Amino acid sequence: MNAALAFIAVLTLASAAVAMALRNLIHSALLLIASWFGLAAFYLWAGAEFVAFAQVLVYVGAISMVVLFAVLLTRRSRQDLAVEPASLGRALSALLVGATVAVVLARAIFATPLAVAPTATPTISVRQLGAQLMGPHAAALLVVGVILTVALLGAVVLAATDRADSKENAP
Amino acid sequence: MSPLQVCLLFSSALFCIGLVGALSRSNAILVLLGIELMLNAANLNFIAFWRYSPAPAVGTGVLFVIFSIAVAAAEAAVGLALVIAIYRHQKNIRLQEANRLKG
Repeated sequence: MNAALAFIAVLTLASAAVAMALRNLIHSALLLIASWFGLAAFYLWAGAEFVAFAQVLVYVGAISMVVLFAVLLTRRSRQDLAVEPASLGRALSALLVGATVAVVLARAIFATPLAVAPTATPTISVRQLGAQLMGPHAAALLVVGVILTVALLGAVVLAATDRADSKENAP
Repeated sequence: MSPLQVCLLFSSALFCIGLVGALSRSNAILVLLGIELMLNAANLNFIAFWRYSPAPAVGTGVLFVIFSIAVAAAEAAVGLALVIAIYRHQKNIRLQEANRLKG
């Protein structure tokens, strides 16, 4: 059980770290897809099957495609995919901040008395989830629907409008 | 070290990788991907606490993650639309050069 968890964790963390360090945007996006797959495997390991499949559908299926479209729409030439490396000062300060946050979080985790109750993997059926979503959480479900509609309409408006006074439209 | 602590350390490491990526890169798409990684680390925490909670039948953690994934999808769509809008405006997506509010 714990060997599987360690395998999933190492795979996910390694692909995420390499994706954040690479210079080619397409390679970064593909490695992040591997990392999202690793997270879906973790959700399956933890017994949350519905969330695992939602993760695969939303992240591996949809968000990765949107990211790849954005990468391909925002390059100027065929050689434009490589991004210049960050300056040394920025990289070092970012690593310093990340290491500090990691140390603080790890100390907090080890200092907190966590009550670990069960050892068996819990299960929650889709029927139970649906009853929860439609019963006590129906208002939140409606709000999420409104958010998704508004956000997608806003994305279309942002990405598709041409400014009326731009150079192309000038006489 | 209990399994819950292992899960929490896993999610902290993922969060820090996303944080370093979002802080160190100058490409807007990579910054967005770093933010997505941090959001995924938060979801991982919800699932870990649900897995080791005394009453997992209630399913609060799972419901939280479902709503969080929906909001993350909306955020990614709007963020990448903003990246495309910046690209139309200044012909590249380096964040250092996106420093004008009106121009």
